[in-house]
Amino acid sequence: MIKSKDLLGIKELTTEEIYHIVDTASGFKDVLKRDIKKVPPLRGKTVVNLFFEPSTRTRISFELAAKRLSADVINFSIPTSSVVKGETLKDTALTIKALGADFVVIRHSSAGVPHFLSRILDISIINAGDGANEHPTQALLDLFTVLSYKRKIKGLTIAIIGDITHSRVARSDIYAFTKLGAKVRLICPPTLLPAEVRNLGIEVFDNAEEGLKKADVIMTLRLQLERQSKGFFPSLEEYFYLYGLTVERLRLAKSDAIVMHPGPMNRGVEIESEVADGPQSVILDQVTNGLAVRMAVLYLLAGVKK
Amino acid sequence: MSKKLLDSNDINRAIRRMAHEIIEKNKGIDGLCLVGIQKGGVLLAKRLASEIEAIENATIDVGALDITFYRDDLNTKEEQPVVKRTDIPCTINNKTVVLVDDVLFTGRSIRAAMDALIDFGRPAFIQLAVLIDRGHRELPIRADYAGKNIPTSFNDRIEVFLDEEGKKDKVVLIAGQN
Repeated sequence: MIKSKDLLGIKELTTEEIYHIVDTASGFKDVLKRDIKKVPPLRGKTVVNLFFEPSTRTRISFELAAKRLSADVINFSIPTSSVVKGETLKDTALTIKALGADFVVIRHSSAGVPHFLSRILDISIINAGDGANEHPTQALLDLFTVLSYKRKIKGLTIAIIGDITHSRVARSDIYAFTKLGAKVRLICPPTLLPAEVRNLGIEVFDNAEEGLKKADVIMTLRLQLERQSKGFFPSLEEYFYLYGLTVERLRLAKSDAIVMHPGPMNRGVEIESEVADGPQSVILDQVTNGLAVRMAVLYLLAGVKK
Repeated sequence: MSKKLLDSNDINRAIRRMAHEIIEKNKGIDGLCLVGIQKGGVLLAKRLASEIEAIENATIDVGALDITFYRDDLNTKEEQPVVKRTDIPCTINNKTVVLVDDVLFTGRSIRAAMDALIDFGRPAFIQLAVLIDRGHRELPIRADYAGKNIPTSFNDRIEVFLDEEGKKDKVVLIAGQN
C-alpha cells in the first residue's frame, strides 16, 4: 500500500508498492479500451503540470491521465511564466498551492527539486524527471510493459543500452528492475557510465554484442544530443556503429526479446528504423501503458491520507 | 459474537426463488443480462445465471463490474483501493441489466455501480438483486429481488461466503460494538 503522499522516485518505493501501482494501472488500461475512456475519481481535483524543461510526451501523458480521471489540469509553461521575471521556485510553488492545486507534476533540470517541493508543500508531488536522478513513472510503465509480455520480472535479463550518464530513465529502471529480481545489464561507452551506478547490483558491458547476448528485454536509451558538448564519443556515426541497435545485434538476444525505447527516438543513432518498427518493438505500447500508469499514480496518491 | 444466519440450503432456496422472480418479472429472459458487482456479487450472479438457465433451458449473459473508480470514499476510507476486473460480455444498450450484489447496506455501492454501468451504454432498465438486505440506506435505492431481509444494527458486519457449487455457502452476522 502506498504510504507517501508523493512519488519522488523508485528508490523510495517498496516492491509491494510497485506491484500495487502496476496492478492498478492494468485496471486503468481496461478503462482506456472502452468507448467512454473517462472515470470520475478525481472530480474536483486540480493537477498542475510544472515543467521547467521541454517535454511533449510526458506532459501530454500526465495531462491526459489527469483528464481521464476527471481532474482539472493547468499547464504551467515556464517561458511565459513569472519564473522568467525572477520568481524563485519556492514562491512559484506556494503560488500554485494558494490556487488550490492538489497535485504538482514537476520536471526540472536539477536533481532533488521534487524532494524540495515535497518538504514545503503538503499536496502531492509527482516527479516527472529531475535532472539525471529519476523519472519514476517511466520506470513504472516500463515494468508494466515488460510484465504484460513476460508475465514476470524475476530472473529476466534486462539490457539497457546507451547514454547512462545523462539518463534518469536508466536510473529509475535500474532501481525498479533490480528491486523486482531481474538481472540488469548496462551497455555503454565507458565515457557515458557514471561511477556510482556500479554499486547498484548490475553488470556493465562496453561491448554491445556481449551485453545483448540472450537478453529478454532490450531498452534503448535516447542519446541526449543536447548534453553531448563535452565530447564523450567521436561522432554519431561511430556511436551507431558501436552501440546502435541493429537487426543484426538484435539477433543476439533471445528470439522472443522485446525492444523498448522511452522516446523520443533518434533513428539511425541509437536504434535502426527497421528495429524500431519491427515485430519485436513494443515502443508504442509503452506510450499507451504510460497513460494507464500515470492514471494509477494520480489515483492512488489521491487516496493517501495526508 | 457471530451468528450463522443462513446455511447452504437456505441460500440455495433463496437463489432459486430469486431466479424465478427475475424470469417472472421480465416475462422470460429476452434482452436480459446479469452483472455482478465486484467482488461479492460476481459469484452470486453466476449462480443466479445457472439457475435461470436451468429453468429456461437457454443461456443468459453474465458479467462482472468493478466499481472502484466510481466510489465516493477514496479520501475517507482507511484501506487503499484494489482494482478488480470488469467484464461486460454484451452491449447493454436497450437491455434489462440486473445488478447483483451480496449485501445491500447504505446503497452507495449501488449508486457507484449504476454510474459505472451507464458508462458502458444506456440500458432500458436497471434492476437490483441482492442476497441480503440489511437496511440502513443512505440513498433512495431499493432491491427488486432480495434473498432475505435481515434487520441489523449499523455497526454489525454481515459476511457472505459462497462457492461455485453451493456446498459451503453461509451467511454470518458479526455483532458490532454500539
